[in-house]
Amino acid sequence: MDFWNDPLKTAADFLLNLFMGWGMSEIAAQILIGFLGVLILLSLLMVLDIFLVWLERKVVSRFQSRIGPNRVGPFGLIQPFADIIKLLIKEDITPTGADKVVYNLAPLLSMMSVLILWAVVPLAPTMLGVDLNVGALYIIAAGAIGTLSIIMAGWSSNNKYALIGAFREVAVLLSFEIPMLTVMLIPTIFAGSMGIAAITKAQDVWFVFLAPLAALIFLIAAIAELGRSPFDMGEAESELVAGYNIEYSGMKFGMFYAGELLHAFTFGGFWAILFFGGYRFFGLEQVSPFLAVAVVLFKALVGYWIIMWIKYTLLRIRIDHMLAFNWKFLTPLAFTLLMVTAFMNALLADASSWLYISSMFLSNVVLAWVALEIARVSSRRAREKAEGVKKVVEAHH
Amino acid sequence: MEKTIFLVVAFFTLGSGLMVVTTRNLIHAALWLISTLFGVAVIFALLDAGFLAVVQVVVYIGAIAILFIFAVMLTRKDMRDQGPQMNRNWWIGALIAASSFGGLFFLLRGWSGLSRTASAIPSGFDAVNELGNALVSPTAYVLPFEVASVLLVAALVGAVYLAFNRK
Repeated sequence: MDFWNDPLKTAADFLLNLFMGWGMSEIAAQILIGFLGVLILLSLLMVLDIFLVWLERKVVSRFQSRIGPNRVGPFGLIQPFADIIKLLIKEDITPTGADKVVYNLAPLLSMMSVLILWAVVPLAPTMLGVDLNVGALYIIAAGAIGTLSIIMAGWSSNNKYALIGAFREVAVLLSFEIPMLTVMLIPTIFAGSMGIAAITKAQDVWFVFLAPLAALIFLIAAIAELGRSPFDMGEAESELVAGYNIEYSGMKFGMFYAGELLHAFTFGGFWAILFFGGYRFFGLEQVSPFLAVAVVLFKALVGYWIIMWIKYTLLRIRIDHMLAFNWKFLTPLAFTLLMVTAFMNALLADASSWLYISSMFLSNVVLAWVALEIARVSSRRAREKAEGVKKVVEAHH
Repeated sequence: MEKTIFLVVAFFTLGSGLMVVTTRNLIHAALWLISTLFGVAVIFALLDAGFLAVVQVVVYIGAIAILFIFAVMLTRKDMRDQGPQMNRNWWIGALIAASSFGGLFFLLRGWSGLSRTASAIPSGFDAVNELGNALVSPTAYVLPFEVASVLLVAALVGAVYLAFNRK
């Protein structure tokens, strides 16, 4: 029965006994078990990734009133496998003048930056890779490696479009990292820890009810970090053909593509974990760890669906608007929200939980309203100024 | 076990550091610098300083190294450095490096701290909490912390002043 209550520990103990029975030393056995755990997690993620390709294509086709893949297998489920075979047997082209080592390293780093995120994802109370006490920062650090892979790909391809795409994408990534890190500190304030597992455990009330504005800012920043529409500046196909991955073919392109999809799913998951209780769902996680995993995967899929919904509904924003939106609106708003939350948290340290929750919620709503009012007034002023200039020009003619 | 990991990481870090100054391609130098910084982050992690390790990656790799690459790409037309890698004072530099290595080796040879093992971290010790408290506590590091913040604000104001487009 132990297996159903704590599968990871039971399996690890069983393997430890087995390996030590074969005459291995304890340390060697533990290292081997660690590697096996990583291998199993990564394999499951890659298999999941294959189906994400199918899922994404099916969902986008629904948004665009199409049917999507439906030829190979039931509901087109075998389609991604056919695509993988195609990618594997395609000619692998390295452009002349490309920096070979950097060029080949970039897709690996891109995929790696997504996969290492799963080391801190708590799938169930007893199932997580590592309980880092700096989990929120770790997510940003993994994103930094993703940024690096993009600039490496763009530069080493020896292609102008790739380089422009990489520059744009990295400009967006670097700027949206700041509001994202700032709002990640808000669940940290509520939970009193930066560890992802501790944040999940602290959510007797989902943090989205305490900080709806923070959840929204996190979602916007996450979409920008993913480089998805309306922030898909890096691969604006009408201007840049494909952006930083233009020269990649075959499975190397597949790595970027699969990495992007898994990244979107992962950030849907982090949105769910930081603001929607992670594996917690009305005590369901106490029943069985497997149910908890199902809950967190379901929530991650909902988050992923919302990201797709936004991607296939909105148009691309111009890059100056995007950066102005981040630096002039999102970043100051995130900083103000962080300060207000920290102040309220100190003020209401001894208050009853109802008062705490309602005043946190209200402070978020008021702050959002004030920010929108300021944005409205300043944009009207800018518009009037621009129209005044236009009138002067017209009178001149 | 830990010693082996440390030795591997230390050689990796030093080797990457050597490559930073010897490679002729400037972008490669920046990438080797990133691997050096990553090695330092691993050493922080080995020392149970998880916060510093992650901050090292976020700040140095995620921001500073990327800015280096940007600066090199935007200011240089040719990524290859053509001139000689040594100037005629190389022997003075080598002499100073060798004598400081020798001096440090001589001084630290008899030091007892090298053979001492660190005391184990007590369970329930939250390093991030302790660091946060130390940074804002008046009995610890609040003054250096504030001075560093003022310095950063001054740098920020200076950058805005330089980049500001006067109409």
